[in-house]
Amino acid sequence: MTDVVALILIGAGIVLCLLRMIRGPSTADRAVAVDTSATVTTALLVLLGAIFKQYIYLDVALVYAVLTFIGAVAIARYLERGL
Amino acid sequence: MTLTGSIVVVVGALFLFLGSLGVYRLPDVYNRLQAGTKCTTLGAFLTVIGVGLMNPGWFPKTLLIALFILLTNPISSHALGRAGQKSGVPLWEGSVVDRSDDFRDTERTE
Repeated sequence: MTDVVALILIGAGIVLCLLRMIRGPSTADRAVAVDTSATVTTALLVLLGAIFKQYIYLDVALVYAVLTFIGAVAIARYLERGL
Repeated sequence: MTLTGSIVVVVGALFLFLGSLGVYRLPDVYNRLQAGTKCTTLGAFLTVIGVGLMNPGWFPKTLLIALFILLTNPISSHALGRAGQKSGVPLWEGSVVDRSDDFRDTERTE
């Protein structure tokens, strides 16, 4: 029961981030929306691992967190002074 | 322990939803960045720690993920805000003060 409530809240959050990603007037808005939705997706992966009883999902969440951190820093550097 | 973990997970999911709502609703890049960083850092921390409380054998790895999020999320948001300011995104017209010009002289020149 509480899993369903948490999944509905997290899914609605990801949809709101996607709407801001589509509507955002500048590139920085879209980068912020991507960064936020990446953090939300990391928490969602850990929660799905708890629901499906799969320990391997924690490794997936850890690697996803590392990769999105590197991606956010790379996008920020590109916006700041180009490649 | 399972009940405690479930309550912590639902509170964390609520914080994640509120942070995403702030990303959608607030008027400015910097306001959105504030909502999308602080709120989702706390929400992801609570959700991951709550899963670790529900399954006590998983607690060390969930603690590792939570600490990693807690360390890297402020760094990436700082880089994004700095990039937004450097690329010339204007402040919202209701913003009161902007002191970023005070520190322009002390910046490192490459």
